[in-house]
Formats: sequence, structure tokens, C-alpha cells
Amino acid sequence: MTATGQPAAPHTDERLLRTSPLRKLLGRPELGSVVGAVAVFLFFAIVADSFLQASSLGTVLYAASTIGIMAAPVALLMIGGEFDLSAGVMVTSSALISSMFSYQMTANVWVGVFVSLLVTLGFGAFNGFMLTRTKLPSFIITLGTFLMLTGLNLGFTKLISGTVSTKTIGNMEGFESARKVFASHLTIGDVELKVTILWWAALVAIATWILIRTRFGNWIFAVGGEADAARAVGVPVIRTRIGLYLGVAFAAWVSGQHLLFSYDVVQSGEGVGNELIYIIAAVIGGCLITGGYGSAIGSAVGAIIFGMTSKGIVYAEWNPDWFKFFLGAMLLLATLLNAWVRKRAEATK
Amino acid sequence: MGAVLAAVLAASLAGCSSTGGKRAEERAAQQAAEGRSAVNTPRWTFAMVTHSGDGDTFWDIVQKGAKQAARKDNINFLYSHNDEGQQQAELVQTAIDKKVDGLIVSLAKPDSMKTVVAKAVKAGIPVITVNSGSAESKAFGALTHIGQDESIAGEAVGDELNTRKREKVLCVLHEQGNVGHEQRCAGAKKTFDGTMQNLYVDGTNMPDVQASIEAKLDSDKSIDAVVTLGAPFAAAAVKAKKTAGSKAEIDTFDLNASVATGLQDKTLGFAVDQQPYLQGYEAVDLLWLYRYNRNVLGGGLPVLTGPQVITRDDADALAEYTDRGTR
Repeated sequence: MTATGQPAAPHTDERLLRTSPLRKLLGRPELGSVVGAVAVFLFFAIVADSFLQASSLGTVLYAASTIGIMAAPVALLMIGGEFDLSAGVMVTSSALISSMFSYQMTANVWVGVFVSLLVTLGFGAFNGFMLTRTKLPSFIITLGTFLMLTGLNLGFTKLISGTVSTKTIGNMEGFESARKVFASHLTIGDVELKVTILWWAALVAIATWILIRTRFGNWIFAVGGEADAARAVGVPVIRTRIGLYLGVAFAAWVSGQHLLFSYDVVQSGEGVGNELIYIIAAVIGGCLITGGYGSAIGSAVGAIIFGMTSKGIVYAEWNPDWFKFFLGAMLLLATLLNAWVRKRAEATK
Repeated sequence: MGAVLAAVLAASLAGCSSTGGKRAEERAAQQAAEGRSAVNTPRWTFAMVTHSGDGDTFWDIVQKGAKQAARKDNINFLYSHNDEGQQQAELVQTAIDKKVDGLIVSLAKPDSMKTVVAKAVKAGIPVITVNSGSAESKAFGALTHIGQDESIAGEAVGDELNTRKREKVLCVLHEQGNVGHEQRCAGAKKTFDGTMQNLYVDGTNMPDVQASIEAKLDSDKSIDAVVTLGAPFAAAAVKAKKTAGSKAEIDTFDLNASVATGLQDKTLGFAVDQQPYLQGYEAVDLLWLYRYNRNVLGGGLPVLTGPQVITRDDADALAEYTDRGTR
């Protein structure tokens, strides 16, 4: 982005200096995580003999995609300097709304899917609106939303369905076509590639394009880096933040529909705790907790690391009691590696 | 760091207990027979995937039973668990990827497990369901189901309460929306001649469980029995009874060491056990029988491991095993 085509004169603005391709690569936020991903892959390829099977890689990719779909917009939000702790339960809410609306109204399933999109975007707008109006930290705002949604999920489902899971909508009109869109899979040989992998790739591509090629992307970096300075130079801080929360809500809707159409019944108590996994994936991928730095591709690499670890431990036949310990250790290692790579990159500038 | 370590070592050497503790456990383990396989069949791999959360006592006992059978039957036994339906389904998928020789699953969330269990059956892996899912087991293509029929277990509780001449009973449900729990209380209501009320509490928060039961016992002095649906909650109910100054008898589903002692010292009336050890043990053993001899147990009906009503008379004999963590 800095290449201007002119040879750098000794007294030009330093921002217009040409950088060598290698140095550009070293400066990428996701470099550390890519190194980490390769290391994790090699590690499990050695210790778990069934890890390298084609069908296993399909399973790993699927696990990564369910996290990655959410991690991409969460990464953008974190670059914008904010948190969303309600992202995990919002996925469940979205699935519940879709399913219950279709069932209770005896409507075509697509109607429920569409209503769910509107309501879920409403949750995102609520997060963004509360944040910009109250000036409270997003950690507190979304913690409140998280608890409220958890209660709503359970309370509403019980009120409407009489139990804690929704009624089946598998025999309703539009279900099959919706399943094709949100939860189908493609079998090549003995590899099963789920459609979520496509959704994930698309979302990461869009997020990357927004960050690198659009004005909105610059605003995200500016707002996350220094909100007051950004406001002073005319960046619409409020609109940017609300937009970021809408992005997370949209991804939550996609994940929620996938959940619903995979199993056609939704358990209302699920999704709690997943929001942290999305944040972890973004952080492993090079996003700074403090905002202003990171990338969408990094979040995808983070999700792949997470998927490889969570399934690799099972393929390696380790005792699952230790799973969380390894996950925590990996998170620390990956983040340390990131910090180290970034320091090196900045030192060579 | 070194100083701390030295202090800890010194302290632990200074005061030795001559009873109980780790050393007694080690001695008992030494006395127990060496686990060697008793068969000459090839080393098959069986995977067990359950809906248990992290660090669940009940499932720990199921695992112990399964591992014991695996030792005897020369089985490489793999265990994994997750309390989210989608994650549990993914774990079953990893077992299919590994091409295991047998699969044991619990169907607490049957809808999430439907597709992936069908996939395992299609791949030619024999499947046995345990603990929950007796209604779905057959339809999903499993060989058999091993567990307790919750309604029957509840009915046994109702009968036992009748023999104990109870009039007004409280049924404490600690997991909102757990269908099996609802069935237990409904079964008890069916056979019980007195009146029975349900009380919903938040099982993840013990102080809250105690406070809720306490409030209920305070407000209604005529309650003369409380039935909890899990061993840890019996202890909370006993505390609640003390503070509320109630005369109610505390009874519970499931068993653990403190329930066994509670039965012995009469703080608890009776317990209904579904023998988790047996669920794990039989699941592995029946898979082995199927692989070795195409035997299937149960004749198309679930194999029941409970209910077994345990009173003070049985508790003495069981204490040894609850301490060991296998009952």
C-alpha cells in the first residue's frame, strides 16, 4: 500500500518509502501465527498417526470453520478496540429465533431465517448503540448482553416450546433448501467438506478486503488505535463501532443457522463460553487486545490452530482431562511468538 | 522457591497420619490384583464419547468401569466428552476418522448426535448407547442401550416413600430442562400416594441450591421428605434441613462416598443407584462380545442397570467401594 512507483528521494516523507517484499512479509500481523500453525501441524502429524488422513483433515477444517466464521468479525471488532462477550450465546439466540418463529407461525423456514437475521442484527445494533451512548467499556456492555441473552434463550424457549429445546422443523417447507445453504457437505473420496468452510473463506475474504482496500477499514484501524484523534480528523467513530457490532451479529446469524440446520433442533443452554474461543482465535492470529493492530487472515489461522489442537489431542489419544491446559499453554506460546516476531519486524524497519 | 519446597517437605514428614491418606490407598492398590487381559482376542480400539462436563463424578465412575472391562478384554479404550451437542458430535466424528472397532455414546442430546451416529453405523462400527437415549437408541441403529429407565426409577422412589409412610415430598431438580430429571420426578409422583411438589434449583451453584431448599422447608413445615436427583445435592439438602430446623427425611438418586456415610449415620433415608460402573463396564464388554461372537444382549430392549434402592442395611457393605470411587 505504500508503494507509490517513485524512487524514494532522500528527503521525501518517510511514509512513502518503499519497503522490500520480505520486510513487508515480516511486518504482517499474522506471520507469527502462521509459524505457530505450521509447528502445531507438524507436531500432530508426528504424534497422531490418524491426523494426516484425508477424512481427519476434513474434520479439523470443519472444527476450524465453526470458530473461524465468528473469529473474522470478532478480529475486526478487536482491531477497532472493542470486545463482544455476547458473541457465543448470540449464535444460539439466532438459531432459536429462526426455529421457533418458523414453527410457531407455521411459516416457510426461510421466513424464520430472515426474521432471525433482523433480530440478531438488532442485538448487534443494541451492543453498538449502548456502547456509543453510555461511554461504558464494551467489556461491561457486552457482558450485560451476554447474561441477558443467556436468560432470554432459556426463558423464552421454555415459555414458547414448554421444554428447553426447540421443536423439530425438519419436516417444514423450505427446510431442505435452507439446509443446502447452511449445513450441506460435499464428499470428495472419503473427505467431507462442509459448506461452513465456504462461508468461512468468504467472510475472511470480505473482512480482509474491508480492512485493506476500503475507507471503512482505515476507520477501524484509526478508531482502535486512538479514538479521540480519529474523531478529531473526521472519522465517524460511532458509525464505525456500530458497524463492527453488526458484523459480529451477522456472523452469529450464519453460525446459528448452521447449528439449526445441522441438527434441526436447538438446545437453549448452549453457546456459553464460546465467545472467549473466538477472542482467543483472533489473539493467536495477531490481534492486539488493546486494538489498532491485527488482521482477518490471522483470525483464520488462529481458528485453524484451535481446530488442529482440539481435534489433534483426540487423534493423539491423549487424556482429555488435560485438553484445557494444552489450549492455555498454546495460547500463551502463540501470543509470545507473535509479540517476538512483531518486535523483530519493527526493529528492522 | 527452594525454601518453600523444603518447608513443605519438612512439614509433610513431621506429621504422619497412621490412618487413611494416600499411603493407605497405595497399599490397597498394591493388594489388588494386577490388571492383565483375560482373553486372546486382537487388541481392538473402542471409543466412548459422552455428554459429561469437565470433572464429573458420575462419569468418572462410568469410565472406571469401562477401563476395567477394557483391561480384561484387551481393548485400547479411548474416552472423550463435551457437554455441547455440536462438540460431542465432532468428537464422535474423530472416532469414526480413527476407524475404531467399536463406539459407545450417550444420547443426552439425540438430535445433535443423529447424523453422526448414523454415519458410524454406515461405516460398519458397532454402536452401543449408554446412560441416556433409551428411546432413540434402536432408531439410530445401535446394538443395544445400557442404562436406567428414569420413569421406572422414579416409580421405585414413589414406592419406597410409601413404605416409609411419607405424606408430603419435595422433588429437587437441579438441571433445567433435563428430560430425564423430569421423568424421575413424574415417575415418583405416579406411584406416591401423598402429595409431591417440584422445586427447580441451579445445580451449578451449590449455595443457591441450599438456600432454595432452605426457604422451601422454612415456608412449609409439613414437608416430611426431600428427594434430590444427584448425590452432591443430598449434602446441600441435609445442611438446608439443619438450618431450617425441619424434620424431613432426605433421600437421593445416585451414590457417592458421602451418601454412603449419610445412610450409615441416618442423616439420609435411602438412595437409588443406577450403577454407573456397570454402565461403563457392560458397554465395553458387550462390544467385545459382539466383535468376538456377534452376541447382543437385551433382546431389542434396553439393558437396565437400575434402579437399585439402597438403605442403611446395604450401606455398610458398599462403603468400601464408594471410598474406592467405583460405586
